[in-house]
Amino acid sequence: MTGANGFSVSGYGPERAGWTRLFARDSLARRLDWPILFAAIALSFIGAALVYSATRNRTELNQGDPYYFLFRHLLNTGIGFALMIGTVWLGHRTLRTAVPILYGLSVFLVLLVLTPLGATVNGAHAWIIVGGGFSLQPSEFVKITIILGMAMLLAARVDAGDKAIPDHRTVLQSLGLAVVPILVVLLMPDLGSVMVMVIIVLGVLLASGASNRWIFGLIGAGALGAIAVWQLKILDEYQINRFAAFANPKLDPAGVGYNTNQARIAIGSGGLFGTGLGKGSQTTGQFVPEQQTDFVFTVAGEELGFLGAGLILLLLGVVLWRACRIARETTELYGTIVAAGIIAWFAFQSFENVGMTLGIMPVAGLPLPFVSYGGSSMFAVWVAIGLLQSIRVQRPMSA
Amino acid sequence: MTNIPETGRTPRVQIRLVVIQILVLSLLGTLGGRLWYLQIRNGDEYAKEASGNHVQQVVSPAVRGSILDARGVPIADNETRLVVSASRTDLSKMKDDGAAVLAKLAGVLGMKAADVRDKVRLCDAKTPQPCWNGSPYQPIPITDEATPKQALQIRERAEDFPGITAEPQAVRRYAAPGKANTAQVLGYLSPVTDEEITKAEDSDSPYLRSDQVGRSGLERQYDSELRGKAGVTRYEVDNLGRVIGQAESDKAEPGANVVTSIDSRVQRVAEYELNEAMKVARTEFDKNTGENYKADSGAVVVMEAKTGRVVSMASNPSYDPNAWVGGISGKDYTKLTGKASNYPLLNRAIQGQSAPGSIFKVVPTAAAINAGYSFEGPYQCGASYSIGGQVFKNFESKGYGPISLGRALEVSCDTVFYGLSHAEWKKDGGITPKKNAKNWFYKTAHQFGLGKETGIDLPNEVAGRVPDRQWKQDYWKANKDAWCKSGKKGGSYAQQIAYENCLEGNRMRAGDSVNYSIGQGDTLVTPIQMATIYGAISNGGTLYDPSVGKAIISPDGRTVQEIEPKSHGKLPMTKSTRDAIDGALAGVATRGTAAWRFDGWPQDKIPMHAKTGTAEVYGKQTTSWFATYTKDYTVIMTISQGGTGSGASGPAVRKIYNALYGVSEDGKIDQKKALLYTPQKNLPKVQKDGSIDSPKAEVYPPKEEEQATEEGQQQVAYDNPAATVPNTGTGTDRNTRRRSARHPKKRRRSLA
Repeated sequence: MTGANGFSVSGYGPERAGWTRLFARDSLARRLDWPILFAAIALSFIGAALVYSATRNRTELNQGDPYYFLFRHLLNTGIGFALMIGTVWLGHRTLRTAVPILYGLSVFLVLLVLTPLGATVNGAHAWIIVGGGFSLQPSEFVKITIILGMAMLLAARVDAGDKAIPDHRTVLQSLGLAVVPILVVLLMPDLGSVMVMVIIVLGVLLASGASNRWIFGLIGAGALGAIAVWQLKILDEYQINRFAAFANPKLDPAGVGYNTNQARIAIGSGGLFGTGLGKGSQTTGQFVPEQQTDFVFTVAGEELGFLGAGLILLLLGVVLWRACRIARETTELYGTIVAAGIIAWFAFQSFENVGMTLGIMPVAGLPLPFVSYGGSSMFAVWVAIGLLQSIRVQRPMSA
Repeated sequence: MTNIPETGRTPRVQIRLVVIQILVLSLLGTLGGRLWYLQIRNGDEYAKEASGNHVQQVVSPAVRGSILDARGVPIADNETRLVVSASRTDLSKMKDDGAAVLAKLAGVLGMKAADVRDKVRLCDAKTPQPCWNGSPYQPIPITDEATPKQALQIRERAEDFPGITAEPQAVRRYAAPGKANTAQVLGYLSPVTDEEITKAEDSDSPYLRSDQVGRSGLERQYDSELRGKAGVTRYEVDNLGRVIGQAESDKAEPGANVVTSIDSRVQRVAEYELNEAMKVARTEFDKNTGENYKADSGAVVVMEAKTGRVVSMASNPSYDPNAWVGGISGKDYTKLTGKASNYPLLNRAIQGQSAPGSIFKVVPTAAAINAGYSFEGPYQCGASYSIGGQVFKNFESKGYGPISLGRALEVSCDTVFYGLSHAEWKKDGGITPKKNAKNWFYKTAHQFGLGKETGIDLPNEVAGRVPDRQWKQDYWKANKDAWCKSGKKGGSYAQQIAYENCLEGNRMRAGDSVNYSIGQGDTLVTPIQMATIYGAISNGGTLYDPSVGKAIISPDGRTVQEIEPKSHGKLPMTKSTRDAIDGALAGVATRGTAAWRFDGWPQDKIPMHAKTGTAEVYGKQTTSWFATYTKDYTVIMTISQGGTGSGASGPAVRKIYNALYGVSEDGKIDQKKALLYTPQKNLPKVQKDGSIDSPKAEVYPPKEEEQATEEGQQQVAYDNPAATVPNTGTGTDRNTRRRSARHPKKRRRSLA
């Protein structure tokens, strides 16, 4: 298996000419997971509409152009789509060889944030201003490299047939690989990303078949860590406030609780059908802060109603459902682990993002995959889709 | 598992993947459930909250209806003022928050830029006055004293003054036409309270925060008619309060006008003559107390006898109702409600109650006849009447021998009524009443409408009191503990009274029934009750509910809702009794106790009937009562601590009649000079545009006399008619504030 050229996968059936080859049995087109692709595209386009609605009259942000964010969101989607194609073309196995470089690069970028090059947005020192109105959030890419790096270490000996499950040393190594960037991100502090990364680590370990002791140990360590963070006041005041306000938004309706309260009002007022795109008073009146990014789901809730917001959940469900199938059906552990990491990432991030707008999760600055405005996030999730497609394309047909 | 892995896949991984899948889907399920809970189950609640979030109301107050006198002369109306206001919504859209515009505006208005800025800033904990503590979406008045020139400058250069408006606005004015101030009858307004807003929220006429509410008098009684409906424009706003659209708007509907039966000319005469009479009384020496009469308060009612309509109602001490306009100052409020000023807010014609004295005697007269006594009698009018050693004297201890009831009324013989009441008391069982006690004297008083409100269309009327056996029982129950505690046998007079009351205060004693028969003791009446009774005697027996409101005319003048006279019963007497009493009361005016006051009255043309009363009050000087009527009018006057009925009140009542009928001192009638020779029947004329014709008001008394008498006027709380109110408005009423301390003089002139 070369995997270097995904478009002429060798070893599966005779070569055919023209477009028929594209749809022939075992062809790439037949092997691609179309539902996941369509769901991702649909989510991105719905996101574009929601971002447009949330920003069209925010003159202080959109520089007087109501379509500014719409255009940028579509551009991000396009770039993300291209990144996905590139990922599929390269194949996750090829990328496997490049993992050390990618990992090193992403950790370097994350470290760069801590230097004077880093910028603070909404209390999180998590950005690098590239210039030209672009900025990077390296923690988004670290999510991918943690998955790839851990998968590489954990699967190496299993896929080689040496072991049935990763041994303790390998697990320890892989944990060390994850802890480095997680600590850096914690220092930013970007608590939301840290939470996602911890869940990713958990998902990866689960899928790797690592001993149950590791799993429970990690969960226990996480709980202890959370208590320590709480008790030792490692968190900033604003982060603790966010937690308190989530528990009871009425404690401080003008302050931190304002966000959650307004978000809940926006979603609640949508009803079954919503007010219609661009007609939501909460959205038009800009009552919900960060509505094009972290709170984008509130636009869907208010303007598209239960049906629209439910559709987003359904599409996310399609992505996750298909990803689970891909994880289960691939034969090599490496692919399984990567898919599981992506599942953990998408699932937790979606749950946290939507959950906080619905008032069942604490507020954390996390984007909703595909839907929220934001380049780094969009690129990362599309690369992840590329990885999932690659895993599916390269698995042997089970028939 | 359908596909068993070929390489290195353990079942453990497969199981864990299934667990992950289940976990992931249950997370999504949780989100879906929560979404359903918020949007479908509680959706309405949040929708309501959202609309409260983004809608702001701007209220344009309705013009309050006018209160007019019977001829259409406004006694409470609105005056237009040029109010310059700034819209914060517009100013906040400018780069400098409107600072430049405000500075320019200050230049035009001749104010300091800083002052203008301060006026439009919003009040908060750190911002001292002046600041705006109303709604930020409400235009904020900067001045209500703009000149037309200034207003024109602002309006012509509207592009230079974005967000600034210069518009005429209506503020309440109590015009006091011809100096008839009618204060207590009109009442006053004050801003609506939070409590009232909440209470009226779901009613037909909810209040707006900017509303002024009638607090007393006609302003309160006819508040819902006068108030109109404020216009409300609802704006959709964003999170910073910027307007992003107009939701809906209701136009303001002006309030209806209320035409009253008050004749402001007669009102002026009544107020003036009452005040004069009190001034004169204060110069009279009271030999009982050894000092001049205090004449601390008084009231006059002039009522149409055949309808119960009040032509004038004066209460003294009085005040300037304009003090309430635009929010009353703390100082003025203390003055108006304090003891030192003797509570000028009280309308003593309906809220002042005291023992009626001899003007009560028409009641026992009717009672005696109902009990079976004859009108002619004769009854012994002795100098005194004794019951078991206790001596009840006749007035001035003079006897008239055996006389009829009619003559007893004429000369106001007390002993005749003592005897009759005492006899009835005994017949009823004396101190231990029989089961079927008739209680004629008390029953008749109730039938006359005493002891309960007359039902006049003014708020807070008091009921007076008929001290019958039931009342004695109730009163004793309520007070016996205090009496028994303070009472002492053989102690001071007050202690002894308390001791007696403790023992048998629940029982009607012989002395009680004797005192009651001449309107003394615990008997209490209001002037309006007596007006109702004497009016009924005049009109043949119908007890009318006195009324001030005559008609409600819609602001466009198209619908006129007349307020018809209502009656609450008939006098308990036959026509012949009525005629006999009528004759006796005419006798009072011609040859009885009031004759000296009606000397030269054209009795043949305008038959006058009268009854005097001088009521004793424990610890105080006597109350002067004077009850009179002709075929059209009844006039009741009372002066507390004023002396005798005819002495203190007589001249004033005579002068009121002189003015009504155009009678000169020598008895000649000049109908041209008569203010109201016959009662005003017609309503004022309403023009097609809804405006109401209003004749000019003359000044009473004529100039030369006025100057001589007006000086040295001693009215409490009325001595400062401008009642300067400093700018301490309570915020919501800012746009109706109408006075500042700066130009009170100028304003007064504009009112005249």
